[in-house]
Amino acid sequence: MASYPMRIRARARDGVADIKVLIEHPMETGLRKDASGKLVPIHFIQNVVATCNGKTVLNAQWSQAISKNPFLGFKIKGGKPGDKVNVSWVDNEGMKGSIDATVEKA
Amino acid sequence: MKYVSLLLALAGMLACSVVVAAASPEQDRQHLIEVYKKELPNVKFDDYVHGALALNKDALEQYQSIMEMPPWLDVLDKGKKLWETPFKNGKTYADCFPNGGKDVAGNYPQYDRKLKKVVTFDMALNLCREQNGEAPYDLSDVKTMGTLEAYARTLSDGMKMNIKVDGPGALAAYNKGRDLFYSRRGQLNFACATCHVDNAGKRVRVELLSPTIGQATHWPVFRGTGKLTTLQRRYQQCQKNVRAVPFKIGSEEYNDLEYFHSYMSNGLPLQASVWRK
Amino acid sequence: MDSVRRTFLKMAGAAGGLAVAMATGLVRIGEAVAAWDKAAFGQKSAKAAVSDIGAASAVESKDIHIKAPEIAENGAVVPVEVTSNIPNTESISIVAEHNPYPLTAIFTFENGTEGYVSTRIKMGKSAPVKAYVKAGGKYYVASRDVKVTIGGCGG
Repeated sequence: MASYPMRIRARARDGVADIKVLIEHPMETGLRKDASGKLVPIHFIQNVVATCNGKTVLNAQWSQAISKNPFLGFKIKGGKPGDKVNVSWVDNEGMKGSIDATVEKA
Repeated sequence: MKYVSLLLALAGMLACSVVVAAASPEQDRQHLIEVYKKELPNVKFDDYVHGALALNKDALEQYQSIMEMPPWLDVLDKGKKLWETPFKNGKTYADCFPNGGKDVAGNYPQYDRKLKKVVTFDMALNLCREQNGEAPYDLSDVKTMGTLEAYARTLSDGMKMNIKVDGPGALAAYNKGRDLFYSRRGQLNFACATCHVDNAGKRVRVELLSPTIGQATHWPVFRGTGKLTTLQRRYQQCQKNVRAVPFKIGSEEYNDLEYFHSYMSNGLPLQASVWRK
Repeated sequence: MDSVRRTFLKMAGAAGGLAVAMATGLVRIGEAVAAWDKAAFGQKSAKAAVSDIGAASAVESKDIHIKAPEIAENGAVVPVEVTSNIPNTESISIVAEHNPYPLTAIFTFENGTEGYVSTRIKMGKSAPVKAYVKAGGKYYVASRDVKVTIGGCGG
Protein backbone atom coordinates (compact mmCIF):
# COMPACT_ATOMS: atom_id res chain seq x y z
CA MET A 1 0.00 0.00 0.00
CA ALA A 2 1.45 3.35 -1.00
CA SER A 3 2.18 5.72 1.83
CA TYR A 4 1.98 9.48 1.61
CA PRO A 5 3.86 11.00 4.55
CA MET A 6 2.65 14.32 5.88
CA ARG A 7 4.25 17.10 7.88
CA ILE A 8 2.49 19.72 9.97
CA ARG A 9 3.57 22.76 11.90
CA ALA A 10 1.00 24.52 14.09
CA ARG A 11 2.02 27.65 15.94
CA ALA A 12 -0.08 30.29 17.67
CA ARG A 13 0.66 33.92 18.29
CA ASP A 14 -1.63 36.84 19.17
CA GLY A 15 -4.79 34.78 18.95
CA VAL A 16 -4.11 33.27 15.54
CA ALA A 17 -2.87 29.74 14.89
CA ASP A 18 -0.69 29.51 11.78
CA ILE A 19 -0.88 26.03 10.27
CA LYS A 20 1.48 24.70 7.61
CA VAL A 21 1.01 21.26 6.09
CA LEU A 22 2.99 19.30 3.52
CA ILE A 23 1.75 16.10 1.90
CA GLU A 24 4.14 13.89 -0.09
CA HIS A 25 1.72 13.10 -2.93
CA PRO A 26 2.52 12.80 -6.66
CA MET A 27 -0.40 15.03 -7.81
CA GLU A 28 -0.19 13.58 -11.32
CA THR A 29 -1.94 15.64 -13.99
CA GLY A 30 -2.36 12.74 -16.37
CA LEU A 31 -0.28 14.72 -18.89
CA ARG A 32 3.14 13.47 -17.82
CA LYS A 33 4.96 10.65 -19.60
CA ASP A 34 7.13 8.23 -17.67
CA ALA A 35 10.60 7.06 -18.74
CA SER A 36 9.13 4.51 -21.16
CA GLY A 37 6.94 7.14 -22.84
CA LYS A 38 3.66 6.01 -21.28
CA LEU A 39 1.25 8.56 -19.85
CA VAL A 40 1.12 8.40 -16.05
CA PRO A 41 -2.54 8.24 -15.00
CA ILE A 42 -4.15 11.21 -13.29
CA HIS A 43 -3.81 10.86 -9.52
CA PHE A 44 -4.35 13.84 -7.26
CA ILE A 45 -5.77 14.93 -3.93
CA GLN A 46 -9.33 16.19 -4.42
CA ASN A 47 -10.40 17.15 -0.92
CA VAL A 48 -8.66 18.38 2.21
CA VAL A 49 -10.48 19.01 5.47
CA ALA A 50 -8.95 20.66 8.52
CA THR A 51 -10.51 20.65 11.96
CA CYS A 52 -9.66 22.42 15.18
CA ASN A 53 -10.85 20.76 18.40
CA GLY A 54 -13.21 18.70 16.26
CA LYS A 55 -14.81 21.64 14.41
CA THR A 56 -14.22 22.00 10.68
CA VAL A 57 -12.23 25.14 9.92
CA LEU A 58 -11.20 24.56 6.32
CA ASN A 59 -12.71 22.55 3.51
CA ALA A 60 -10.62 22.55 0.33
CA GLN A 61 -11.26 21.19 -3.14
CA TRP A 62 -8.13 20.78 -5.25
CA SER A 63 -7.48 20.21 -8.93
CA GLN A 64 -4.56 18.30 -10.41
CA ALA A 65 -2.88 21.68 -10.88
CA ILE A 66 -1.89 21.92 -7.23
CA SER A 67 1.86 21.19 -7.16
CA LYS A 68 3.38 17.80 -6.47
CA ASN A 69 4.14 17.28 -2.78
CA PRO A 70 1.48 19.89 -2.07
CA PHE A 71 1.75 22.59 0.55
CA LEU A 72 -1.17 24.16 2.39
CA GLY A 73 -1.01 27.10 4.76
CA PHE A 74 -3.99 28.53 6.61
CA LYS A 75 -4.79 30.45 9.80
CA ILE A 76 -7.27 29.79 12.57
CA LYS A 77 -8.57 32.91 14.24
CA GLY A 78 -8.72 32.35 17.98
CA GLY A 79 -6.34 29.40 17.74
CA LYS A 80 -4.20 28.95 20.84
CA PRO A 81 -1.54 26.60 22.24
CA GLY A 82 -3.06 23.27 23.19
CA ASP A 83 -5.70 23.27 20.45
CA LYS A 84 -5.92 20.00 18.55
CA VAL A 85 -5.68 20.30 14.79
CA ASN A 86 -6.30 17.56 12.26
CA VAL A 87 -5.77 17.72 8.51
CA SER A 88 -7.17 14.89 6.39
CA TRP A 89 -7.35 14.33 2.68
CA VAL A 90 -8.72 11.99 0.05
CA ASP A 91 -7.58 11.62 -3.57
CA ASN A 92 -9.36 10.65 -6.78
CA GLU A 93 -8.38 6.99 -6.26
CA GLY A 94 -9.91 6.95 -2.80
CA MET A 95 -6.57 6.94 -0.98
CA LYS A 96 -6.58 8.87 2.26
CA GLY A 97 -4.22 10.49 4.69
CA SER A 98 -4.48 12.27 7.99
CA ILE A 99 -2.23 14.04 10.47
CA ASP A 100 -2.77 15.45 13.95
CA ALA A 101 -1.00 18.26 15.73
CA THR A 102 -1.25 20.19 18.95
CA VAL A 103 -0.84 23.92 18.48
CA GLU A 104 2.36 25.24 20.05
CA LYS A 105 3.34 28.72 21.09
CA ALA A 106 5.08 30.55 18.23
CA MET B 1 21.74 36.32 -35.36
CA LYS B 2 21.46 37.77 -31.90
CA TYR B 3 22.77 34.47 -30.54
CA VAL B 4 25.89 34.58 -32.73
CA SER B 5 26.72 38.09 -31.63
CA LEU B 6 26.25 36.99 -28.02
CA LEU B 7 28.78 34.20 -28.61
CA LEU B 8 31.27 36.60 -30.15
CA ALA B 9 30.86 38.99 -27.26
CA LEU B 10 31.43 36.23 -24.74
CA ALA B 11 34.47 34.91 -26.64
CA GLY B 12 35.89 38.41 -26.62
CA MET B 13 35.25 38.72 -22.93
CA LEU B 14 37.06 35.48 -22.16
CA ALA B 15 40.15 36.98 -23.72
CA CYS B 16 39.99 39.67 -21.06
CA SER B 17 40.00 37.34 -18.08
CA VAL B 18 43.73 36.71 -18.08
CA VAL B 19 44.54 34.30 -15.31
CA VAL B 20 47.69 34.91 -13.33
CA ALA B 21 49.79 31.76 -13.35
CA ALA B 22 51.16 30.24 -10.14
CA ALA B 23 48.92 32.18 -7.76
CA SER B 24 48.12 30.47 -4.47
CA PRO B 25 44.59 29.22 -3.76
CA GLU B 26 44.05 32.07 -1.36
CA GLN B 27 45.21 34.58 -3.96
CA ASP B 28 42.82 33.01 -6.47
CA ARG B 29 39.97 33.40 -4.03
CA GLN B 30 40.83 36.98 -3.20
CA HIS B 31 41.10 37.79 -6.90
CA LEU B 32 37.55 36.53 -7.46
CA ILE B 33 36.28 38.51 -4.47
CA GLU B 34 37.65 41.65 -6.12
CA VAL B 35 36.12 40.72 -9.49
CA TYR B 36 32.67 40.26 -7.96
CA LYS B 37 32.90 43.42 -5.87
CA LYS B 38 33.07 45.27 -9.19
CA GLU B 39 30.64 43.09 -11.15
CA LEU B 40 28.04 42.69 -8.42
CA PRO B 41 28.45 45.76 -6.23
CA ASN B 42 25.08 45.34 -4.55
CA VAL B 43 25.56 41.76 -3.38
CA LYS B 44 26.91 41.27 0.14
CA PHE B 45 29.55 38.58 0.63
CA ASP B 46 27.24 36.51 2.86
CA ASP B 47 24.58 36.48 0.15
CA TYR B 48 26.79 34.70 -2.38
CA VAL B 49 25.48 31.44 -0.96
CA HIS B 50 22.16 32.21 -2.65
CA GLY B 51 23.82 32.34 -6.07
CA ALA B 52 21.59 33.72 -8.81
CA LEU B 53 18.82 34.22 -6.24
CA ALA B 54 20.85 37.01 -4.68
CA LEU B 55 20.53 38.86 -7.98
CA ASN B 56 16.75 38.71 -8.22
CA LYS B 57 14.39 39.64 -5.37
CA ASP B 58 11.37 37.99 -7.04
CA ALA B 59 13.27 34.69 -7.27
CA LEU B 60 14.65 34.96 -3.74
CA GLU B 61 11.13 35.46 -2.35
CA GLN B 62 9.94 32.29 -4.08
CA TYR B 63 12.93 30.47 -2.59
CA GLN B 64 12.08 31.73 0.90
CA SER B 65 8.44 30.73 0.46
CA ILE B 66 9.33 27.19 -0.59
CA MET B 67 11.95 26.87 2.16
CA GLU B 68 9.27 27.56 4.83
CA MET B 69 8.15 23.99 4.30
CA PRO B 70 10.10 22.33 1.51
CA PRO B 71 8.58 19.52 -0.58
CA TRP B 72 11.32 16.97 0.17
CA LEU B 73 11.27 16.36 3.91
CA ASP B 74 10.57 12.71 3.21
CA VAL B 75 13.95 12.35 1.49
CA LEU B 76 15.79 13.67 4.55
CA ASP B 77 13.94 11.12 6.70
CA LYS B 78 15.15 8.37 4.38
CA GLY B 79 18.65 9.82 4.52
CA LYS B 80 18.55 9.87 8.31
CA LYS B 81 17.61 6.21 8.33
CA LEU B 82 20.53 5.40 6.00
CA TRP B 83 22.87 7.38 8.23
CA GLU B 84 21.70 5.84 11.49
CA THR B 85 21.29 2.21 10.46
CA PRO B 86 24.36 0.28 11.65
CA PHE B 87 26.56 -1.67 9.26
CA LYS B 88 26.64 -5.45 9.53
CA ASN B 89 29.52 -5.12 11.99
CA GLY B 90 27.48 -2.87 14.27
CA LYS B 91 29.33 0.38 13.57
CA THR B 92 27.70 3.47 12.05
CA TYR B 93 28.78 6.36 9.83
CA ALA B 94 29.10 8.51 12.96
CA ASP B 95 32.01 6.30 14.03
CA CYS B 96 33.98 7.19 10.90
CA PHE B 97 33.99 10.94 11.41
CA PRO B 98 35.12 13.26 14.19
CA ASN B 99 32.28 14.68 16.28
CA GLY B 100 29.96 11.90 15.20
CA GLY B 101 29.76 13.50 11.77
CA LYS B 102 28.69 16.92 12.99
CA ASP B 103 30.40 19.91 11.35
CA VAL B 104 32.67 17.87 9.08
CA ALA B 105 31.27 18.31 5.56
CA GLY B 106 32.73 21.82 5.21
CA ASN B 107 36.20 20.26 5.30
CA TYR B 108 35.54 18.39 2.06
CA PRO B 109 36.86 17.90 -0.52
CA GLN B 110 40.25 17.28 1.05
CA TYR B 111 43.49 15.90 -0.32
CA ASP B 112 44.36 12.47 1.01
CA ARG B 113 48.15 12.07 1.09
CA LYS B 114 48.01 8.29 1.48
CA LEU B 115 45.59 7.76 -1.40
CA LYS B 116 47.32 10.59 -3.34
CA LYS B 117 44.01 11.99 -4.54
CA VAL B 118 41.19 14.35 -3.69
CA VAL B 119 38.48 12.82 -1.50
CA THR B 120 35.03 14.36 -1.72
CA PHE B 121 32.46 14.04 1.05
CA ASP B 122 30.54 11.31 -0.74
CA MET B 123 33.79 9.41 -1.35
CA ALA B 124 34.48 9.71 2.38
CA LEU B 125 31.06 8.20 3.08
CA ASN B 126 31.90 5.33 0.73
CA LEU B 127 35.32 4.85 2.36
CA CYS B 128 33.47 4.52 5.65
CA ARG B 129 31.26 1.84 4.12
CA GLU B 130 34.22 -0.09 2.74
CA GLN B 131 36.19 0.15 5.99
CA ASN B 132 33.20 -1.48 7.67
CA GLY B 133 32.75 -4.31 5.24
CA GLU B 134 29.99 -2.79 3.11
CA ALA B 135 29.94 -2.33 -0.67
CA PRO B 136 30.32 1.30 -1.75
CA TYR B 137 27.31 3.15 -3.15
CA ASP B 138 27.14 4.29 -6.75
CA LEU B 139 28.05 7.98 -6.53
CA SER B 140 25.52 8.86 -9.23
CA ASP B 141 22.60 7.11 -7.51
CA VAL B 142 20.43 9.71 -5.79
CA LYS B 143 18.39 7.05 -4.00
CA THR B 144 21.41 5.80 -2.06
CA MET B 145 24.46 8.09 -2.02
CA GLY B 146 22.53 11.24 -2.91
CA THR B 147 19.97 10.67 -0.17
CA LEU B 148 22.60 9.68 2.42
CA GLU B 149 24.76 12.68 1.57
CA ALA B 150 21.78 15.08 1.62
CA TYR B 151 21.07 14.05 5.23
CA ALA B 152 24.71 13.81 6.31
CA ARG B 153 25.33 17.38 5.21
CA THR B 154 22.49 18.66 7.38
CA LEU B 155 24.71 17.77 10.34
CA SER B 156 27.14 20.38 9.06
CA ASP B 157 24.57 23.01 8.13
CA GLY B 158 25.96 26.48 8.73
CA MET B 159 29.55 25.28 9.08
CA LYS B 160 32.01 27.65 7.40
CA MET B 161 33.59 26.08 4.32
CA ASN B 162 37.13 25.21 5.28
CA ILE B 163 38.95 23.61 2.35
CA LYS B 164 42.68 23.16 2.88
CA VAL B 165 45.33 22.91 0.19
CA ASP B 166 48.55 21.87 1.96
CA GLY B 167 51.53 20.33 0.27
CA PRO B 168 52.60 19.72 -3.33
CA GLY B 169 50.17 16.87 -4.01
CA ALA B 170 47.21 18.92 -2.87
CA LEU B 171 48.35 21.97 -4.80
CA ALA B 172 48.78 19.94 -7.98
CA ALA B 173 45.24 18.58 -7.71
CA TYR B 174 43.88 22.03 -6.90
CA ASN B 175 45.64 23.47 -9.95
CA LYS B 176 44.22 20.74 -12.20
CA GLY B 177 40.75 21.70 -10.99
CA ARG B 178 41.48 25.37 -11.50
CA ASP B 179 42.72 24.75 -15.03
CA LEU B 180 39.56 22.82 -15.87
CA PHE B 181 37.52 25.73 -14.53
CA TYR B 182 39.32 28.28 -16.68
CA SER B 183 39.74 26.30 -19.89
CA ARG B 184 37.38 26.54 -22.82
CA ARG B 185 35.53 23.42 -23.87
CA GLY B 186 32.83 22.14 -26.09
CA GLN B 187 31.25 23.35 -29.29
CA LEU B 188 30.36 26.64 -27.68
CA ASN B 189 33.96 27.01 -26.50
CA PHE B 190 33.02 28.32 -23.07
CA ALA B 191 34.95 27.88 -19.85
CA CYS B 192 33.15 27.74 -16.50
CA ALA B 193 34.75 31.12 -15.98
CA THR B 194 33.17 32.55 -19.12
CA CYS B 195 29.77 32.52 -17.49
CA HIS B 196 30.55 32.47 -13.79
CA VAL B 197 33.44 34.93 -13.64
CA ASP B 198 33.33 37.19 -16.69
CA ASN B 199 29.55 37.37 -16.94
CA ALA B 200 28.25 36.80 -13.42
CA GLY B 201 25.10 38.82 -12.95
CA LYS B 202 24.29 38.86 -16.65
CA ARG B 203 21.78 36.59 -18.36
CA VAL B 204 22.20 33.68 -20.73
CA ARG B 205 18.79 33.61 -22.38
CA VAL B 206 16.49 33.91 -19.34
CA GLU B 207 18.90 32.55 -16.73
CA LEU B 208 20.94 34.78 -14.43
CA LEU B 209 24.57 33.69 -14.06
CA SER B 210 25.71 33.11 -10.49
CA PRO B 211 29.18 34.04 -9.21
CA THR B 212 31.63 31.20 -8.50
CA ILE B 213 32.03 32.20 -4.87
CA GLY B 214 29.23 30.59 -2.88
CA GLN B 215 28.28 28.01 -5.48
CA ALA B 216 29.82 24.99 -3.78
CA THR B 217 28.18 25.70 -0.40
CA HIS B 218 24.71 24.45 -1.20
CA TRP B 219 24.80 20.97 -2.71
CA PRO B 220 23.07 18.62 -3.24
CA VAL B 221 20.08 20.78 -4.16
CA PHE B 222 16.45 19.88 -4.47
CA ARG B 223 15.07 21.13 -7.76
CA GLY B 224 11.49 22.08 -8.55
CA THR B 225 9.15 19.78 -6.67
CA GLY B 226 12.01 18.00 -4.90
CA LYS B 227 14.33 16.33 -7.40
CA LEU B 228 17.69 15.71 -5.74
CA THR B 229 20.71 16.86 -7.76
CA THR B 230 24.35 16.54 -6.70
CA LEU B 231 27.13 19.01 -7.49
CA GLN B 232 28.92 16.73 -9.92
CA ARG B 233 25.63 15.97 -11.68
CA ARG B 234 25.33 19.75 -12.10
CA TYR B 235 28.87 19.87 -13.54
CA GLN B 236 27.70 17.34 -16.14
CA GLN B 237 24.61 19.40 -16.95
CA CYS B 238 26.67 22.58 -17.31
CA GLN B 239 29.15 20.83 -19.60
CA LYS B 240 26.30 19.57 -21.74
CA ASN B 241 24.94 23.13 -21.88
CA VAL B 242 28.14 24.27 -23.59
CA ARG B 243 28.02 21.14 -25.75
CA ALA B 244 31.05 19.56 -24.18
CA VAL B 245 31.38 15.87 -23.39
CA PRO B 246 30.89 15.61 -19.62
CA PHE B 247 33.26 13.72 -17.33
CA LYS B 248 31.99 10.90 -15.14
CA ILE B 249 30.66 11.54 -11.68
CA GLY B 250 33.46 10.58 -9.31
CA SER B 251 36.14 11.13 -11.96
CA GLU B 252 39.47 12.63 -10.98
CA GLU B 253 38.67 15.62 -13.21
CA TYR B 254 35.46 16.43 -11.35
CA ASN B 255 37.00 15.73 -7.94
CA ASP B 256 39.84 18.15 -8.67
CA LEU B 257 37.35 20.68 -10.00
CA GLU B 258 35.21 20.32 -6.89
CA TYR B 259 38.37 20.81 -4.78
CA PHE B 260 39.16 24.12 -6.49
CA HIS B 261 35.50 25.09 -6.67
CA SER B 262 34.90 24.47 -2.96
CA TYR B 263 38.03 26.37 -1.93
CA MET B 264 36.56 29.40 -3.68
CA SER B 265 33.66 29.24 -1.20
CA ASN B 266 35.88 29.17 1.88
CA GLY B 267 34.55 31.28 4.72
CA LEU B 268 30.92 30.97 3.64
CA PRO B 269 28.47 28.80 5.58
CA LEU B 270 27.51 25.42 4.14
CA GLN B 271 23.82 25.35 3.15
CA ALA B 272 22.25 21.93 3.53
CA SER B 273 19.08 21.07 1.62
CA VAL B 274 18.17 24.10 -0.40
CA TRP B 275 15.64 24.62 -3.16
CA ARG B 276 16.44 25.68 -6.66
CA LYS B 277 14.22 25.97 -9.73
CA MET C 1 -20.90 20.48 10.89
CA ASP C 2 -24.11 22.26 10.02
CA SER C 3 -22.51 24.42 7.32
CA VAL C 4 -20.96 21.35 5.67
CA ARG C 5 -24.36 19.70 5.62
CA ARG C 6 -25.87 22.85 4.14
CA THR C 7 -23.21 22.96 1.42
CA PHE C 8 -23.87 19.31 0.62
CA LEU C 9 -27.61 19.82 0.40
CA LYS C 10 -27.19 22.97 -1.68
CA MET C 11 -25.00 21.15 -4.22
CA ALA C 12 -27.32 18.16 -4.29
CA GLY C 13 -30.36 20.37 -4.74
CA ALA C 14 -28.75 22.36 -7.53
CA ALA C 15 -28.86 19.50 -9.99
CA GLY C 16 -30.95 16.67 -8.59
CA GLY C 17 -30.27 14.82 -5.36
CA LEU C 18 -28.47 11.52 -5.07
CA ALA C 19 -27.42 11.30 -8.74
CA VAL C 20 -25.27 14.41 -8.46
CA ALA C 21 -23.95 13.25 -5.10
CA MET C 22 -22.39 10.27 -6.86
CA ALA C 23 -21.17 12.29 -9.85
CA THR C 24 -19.35 14.83 -7.73
CA GLY C 25 -17.61 12.10 -5.76
CA LEU C 26 -18.98 12.76 -2.33
CA VAL C 27 -16.89 11.10 0.25
CA ARG C 28 -16.37 11.09 3.98
CA ILE C 29 -13.27 12.54 5.53
CA GLY C 30 -13.57 11.90 9.23
CA GLU C 31 -16.79 13.52 10.34
CA ALA C 32 -17.00 15.91 7.36
CA VAL C 33 -18.51 15.20 3.98
CA ALA C 34 -16.42 16.48 1.11
CA ALA C 35 -17.86 17.35 -2.29
CA TRP C 36 -15.79 17.87 -5.40
CA ASP C 37 -17.15 20.20 -8.06
CA LYS C 38 -16.50 18.00 -11.09
CA ALA C 39 -18.26 20.38 -13.48
CA ALA C 40 -16.29 23.47 -12.54
CA PHE C 41 -12.94 21.69 -12.30
CA GLY C 42 -13.58 20.10 -15.69
CA GLN C 43 -14.07 23.40 -17.51
CA LYS C 44 -11.39 24.31 -20.03
CA SER C 45 -12.39 27.93 -20.18
CA ALA C 46 -11.76 30.20 -17.20
CA LYS C 47 -14.99 32.04 -17.91
CA ALA C 48 -17.05 28.84 -17.74
CA ALA C 49 -15.30 27.64 -14.58
CA VAL C 50 -15.89 30.97 -12.88
CA SER C 51 -19.50 30.87 -13.93
CA ASP C 52 -19.87 27.35 -12.54
CA ILE C 53 -18.70 28.39 -9.10
CA GLY C 54 -21.19 31.25 -9.19
CA ALA C 55 -18.67 34.07 -9.51
CA ALA C 56 -19.57 35.35 -12.98
CA SER C 57 -20.47 38.82 -11.71
CA ALA C 58 -17.58 39.18 -9.27
CA VAL C 59 -16.52 42.78 -8.63
CA GLU C 60 -12.90 43.83 -8.42
CA SER C 61 -11.70 44.40 -4.89
CA LYS C 62 -8.56 46.01 -3.57
CA ASP C 63 -9.10 44.17 -0.29
CA ILE C 64 -7.87 40.92 -1.79
CA HIS C 65 -4.11 40.59 -1.80
CA ILE C 66 -2.43 37.98 -3.99
CA LYS C 67 1.24 37.25 -3.31
CA ALA C 68 2.64 35.45 -6.35
CA PRO C 69 5.88 35.82 -8.28
CA GLU C 70 6.30 38.17 -11.21
CA ILE C 71 8.26 35.49 -13.02
CA ALA C 72 7.87 31.94 -11.76
CA GLU C 73 11.18 30.18 -11.11
CA ASN C 74 9.56 26.87 -11.98
CA GLY C 75 6.07 26.52 -13.45
CA ALA C 76 5.61 23.25 -11.55
CA VAL C 77 5.72 24.95 -8.19
CA VAL C 78 4.48 28.54 -8.10
CA PRO C 79 3.84 29.81 -4.55
CA VAL C 80 0.50 31.62 -4.33
CA GLU C 81 -0.74 33.28 -1.15
CA VAL C 82 -4.16 34.96 -0.96
CA THR C 83 -5.25 37.23 1.87
CA SER C 84 -8.81 38.54 1.92
CA ASN C 85 -9.51 41.51 4.14
CA ILE C 86 -13.17 41.49 3.16
CA PRO C 87 -15.28 40.84 6.28
CA ASN C 88 -17.01 37.46 6.52
CA THR C 89 -14.92 35.83 3.85
CA GLU C 90 -16.49 32.42 3.19
CA SER C 91 -14.24 31.08 0.44
CA ILE C 92 -11.28 31.78 -1.79
CA SER C 93 -11.08 30.17 -5.24
CA ILE C 94 -7.92 30.27 -7.31
CA VAL C 95 -8.03 30.35 -11.11
CA ALA C 96 -4.94 30.15 -13.36
CA GLU C 97 -6.50 31.54 -16.50
CA HIS C 98 -4.39 29.80 -19.14
CA ASN C 99 -4.09 26.40 -17.53
CA PRO C 100 -5.69 23.45 -19.36
CA TYR C 101 -8.26 23.41 -16.56
CA PRO C 102 -8.19 26.90 -15.06
CA LEU C 103 -10.00 26.29 -11.76
CA THR C 104 -7.21 25.23 -9.43
CA ALA C 105 -8.69 25.21 -5.95
CA ILE C 106 -11.65 26.23 -3.81
CA PHE C 107 -10.96 26.90 -0.13
CA THR C 108 -14.00 27.24 2.12
CA PHE C 109 -13.55 28.71 5.58
CA GLU C 110 -15.69 27.84 8.57
CA ASN C 111 -15.88 28.55 12.25
CA GLY C 112 -13.76 31.67 12.19
CA THR C 113 -10.83 30.63 10.07
CA GLU C 114 -9.17 33.67 8.53
CA GLY C 115 -9.68 34.44 4.85
CA TYR C 116 -6.15 33.39 4.08
CA VAL C 117 -4.58 30.55 2.19
CA SER C 118 -1.11 29.69 0.96
CA THR C 119 -0.32 26.97 -1.53
CA ARG C 120 1.80 26.11 -4.58
CA ILE C 121 0.31 25.62 -8.03
CA LYS C 122 1.35 24.39 -11.44
CA MET C 123 1.12 26.83 -14.32
CA GLY C 124 1.31 25.75 -17.94
CA LYS C 125 2.10 29.22 -19.23
CA SER C 126 2.13 32.89 -18.35
CA ALA C 127 -1.29 33.95 -17.18
CA PRO C 128 -3.27 36.08 -14.78
CA VAL C 129 -3.81 34.25 -11.52
CA LYS C 130 -7.19 35.29 -10.12
CA ALA C 131 -8.54 34.94 -6.62
CA TYR C 132 -12.33 34.90 -6.29
CA VAL C 133 -13.52 35.65 -2.79
CA LYS C 134 -17.02 34.87 -1.61
CA ALA C 135 -18.07 37.09 1.30
CA GLY C 136 -21.49 37.92 2.59
CA GLY C 137 -23.01 35.95 -0.27
CA LYS C 138 -21.31 38.06 -2.98
CA TYR C 139 -18.19 37.46 -5.09
CA TYR C 140 -15.13 39.68 -5.36
CA VAL C 141 -12.02 39.24 -7.46
CA ALA C 142 -8.37 40.30 -7.71
CA SER C 143 -5.80 39.40 -10.32
CA ARG C 144 -2.03 39.10 -10.57
CA ASP C 145 -0.04 38.39 -13.70
CA VAL C 146 2.51 35.59 -13.37
CA LYS C 147 5.02 34.96 -16.15
CA VAL C 148 6.16 31.40 -16.75
CA THR C 149 9.22 30.63 -18.85
CA ILE C 150 8.99 26.85 -18.65
CA GLY C 151 5.53 25.46 -17.95
CA GLY C 152 5.01 22.98 -15.14
CA CYS C 153 2.09 20.82 -16.06
CA GLY C 154 4.22 17.82 -16.91
CA GLY C 155 4.17 17.79 -20.69
